[in-house]
Amino acid sequence: MTEPRTLFDKIWDAHVVTRREDGSELLFIDRHLVHEGSFLAFDKLKEKRAKVRRPDLTVGVADHYVPTRNRDSNAIAPELARMIRQLDENCRSNGIRLFGLTDPRQGIVHVIGPEQGLTLPGLTLVCGDSHTSTHGAFGTLAFGIGASEVAHVLLTQCLWQKKPKKMRVTVDGALPPGTSAKDIALSMIARIGADGAQGHAIEYAGSAVRALSMEGRLTLCNLSIESGARCGMVAPDETTFAYVEGRPFAPKDGLLEQALAHWRQLTSDADAAFDREITLRGAEIAPTVTWGISPEDALPVNASVPDPNAVADPSRASHIREALAYMGLDPGQPIETIAIDRVFIGSCTNSRIEDLRSAAGILAGRQAKIPGLVSPGSHLVKQQAEQEGLDRIFLAAGLEWVDSGCSMCVGMNGDIASPGQRCASTTNRNFKGRQGPGARTHLMSPAMAAAAAVTGRITDMRELLREQAR
Amino acid sequence: MKPFDILHATACALPLASVDTDRIIPARFLKRSRAEGYGPCLFHDMRLDENGEKRPDFPLNRPEAQGAEILVARRNFGAGSSREAAVYALMDSGFRCVIAPSFGDIFAANSVNNGLLPAKVSESDAEEMLALLESGHPSATVDLKDGLIRIGNRSFAFTIDPIWRTKLLNGWDDLDLTTSLTHEVTEFETEDATARPWLTLG
Repeated sequence: MTEPRTLFDKIWDAHVVTRREDGSELLFIDRHLVHEGSFLAFDKLKEKRAKVRRPDLTVGVADHYVPTRNRDSNAIAPELARMIRQLDENCRSNGIRLFGLTDPRQGIVHVIGPEQGLTLPGLTLVCGDSHTSTHGAFGTLAFGIGASEVAHVLLTQCLWQKKPKKMRVTVDGALPPGTSAKDIALSMIARIGADGAQGHAIEYAGSAVRALSMEGRLTLCNLSIESGARCGMVAPDETTFAYVEGRPFAPKDGLLEQALAHWRQLTSDADAAFDREITLRGAEIAPTVTWGISPEDALPVNASVPDPNAVADPSRASHIREALAYMGLDPGQPIETIAIDRVFIGSCTNSRIEDLRSAAGILAGRQAKIPGLVSPGSHLVKQQAEQEGLDRIFLAAGLEWVDSGCSMCVGMNGDIASPGQRCASTTNRNFKGRQGPGARTHLMSPAMAAAAAVTGRITDMRELLREQAR
Repeated sequence: MKPFDILHATACALPLASVDTDRIIPARFLKRSRAEGYGPCLFHDMRLDENGEKRPDFPLNRPEAQGAEILVARRNFGAGSSREAAVYALMDSGFRCVIAPSFGDIFAANSVNNGLLPAKVSESDAEEMLALLESGHPSATVDLKDGLIRIGNRSFAFTIDPIWRTKLLNGWDDLDLTTSLTHEVTEFETEDATARPWLTLG
């Protein structure tokens, strides 16, 4: 009898090319996504005068440095244009398919992979970006890698890896109205810590996860890395298959039938063992926001900022002091009293159509008190949102409706907040300086960011929902 | 890659938790080529103020930290972004070893791929090392063969994945090995094309 296996084991085992004496395994990589930042790896290739082994399985996407406001070639800052051109040249000279700046399908790499049907269940997928964990939403073994590893995959289409431990996060029950995948993820990270899942591959399970749309699952898996996990995944089901079917690069007809038969096997066996199990109750998830400088510094919106003097662990107390000083907050301050200077709705975490609908749902018929940027995850998401009239809601509320890219999540394209400015952001990292030197980031869901825009402070969006109902 | 065996060097205490790779090297410096070097960008916004002046209270700016090759920090060092430039910045500044209770997985992998040792210690040992370094013992010996760190007359055990240990001790580069396995990769591709014909992108 074969040993019961997890979803992760099944995909891993199917990709082992060979095994080294020391226990590390050479994995075959089915999809390799590259972006402007991958230039260091291409430079290594040039040094070795080597070629990309499987350009057909490699896809280039311009997202990290692309401007969101003005894409006229004359208007783009020269150093950004250079980064974009460098990617174009590296892709062209190696015969790699590219979704470049002017491509009508351009967008954030972790949005367009799924959107184009490049991301499929059961694949191994890597990219030189830590949020590659996003693609795990399809039951894909997807993880971020560094430049040396990018070069290794370009050259060999393989990667030496040691098998991580396995962790299952089960979320059962229905989520309360107004809460979303973002709130599940932030609650989990707050509970286990930003290094809580280090060395582990997470599988998300339970009825609350099953009930999530693909957009929700993408958000959840995206934030896996913020708990330290190597990757996060959800076993594919009918929701997954319905999403995949008909996508430009997804298999069709007979091949799709064949693929579906394979994909339906991709579940953890009933008695498969996990090294660690975490359970969250869906009904207890509240709209959650971060107050500090690590994603683990997260609390329900109705809570108060912690007081370092009330914390016994000296290392934690010192972290809280450092965080409060940077964030300009007082110990014990109610989170809902925190005034916000600007909002950002976008990034590979929360820029898909469902995210935009949820933010627009709060903003409809209301005015934003503070400026803000809405950057859809791809050009196609942007088009769809405009067909649904969401752009008009954002514009009428006083927010900017711009093009797609990593934008204010990482600030590489110049979209940043000023020193000391406080941003309600649907992104994934509230690190010091992440949104610009001295900028202060509060992570939250798109609906919560929209609510902050309306009131100019961190606000429980459920209050605005109730107002709408009256 | 240069093999790592024993390192005796100046050590610097950085008593902070969750020093993410954005702080090790801010995003705006990632456009540099490898040849340009990343040393000047290390901890840029922690090390320098808005006017580009050194912050005197930042540990790496203190006179006794000059020439340090070992860094001791609190938990979750190198969390976040996969940017390998975080490792380049440390190495270009002379560091060969970072000691902490936990590391971001991608940062740790990037470190090993460049010959930088991520040595994992218990939280209490990290606290004791930080205290020792700050009380006039500004150097340490890191022995990768024994898995031991010595500061003054104190000795601390550290852990590292055995695969990574072997790789660092020998200075191995994965790429050399993999390119010798081209035959196995081709075989896998051939079999896989039959087993999963929907995989190709055309």
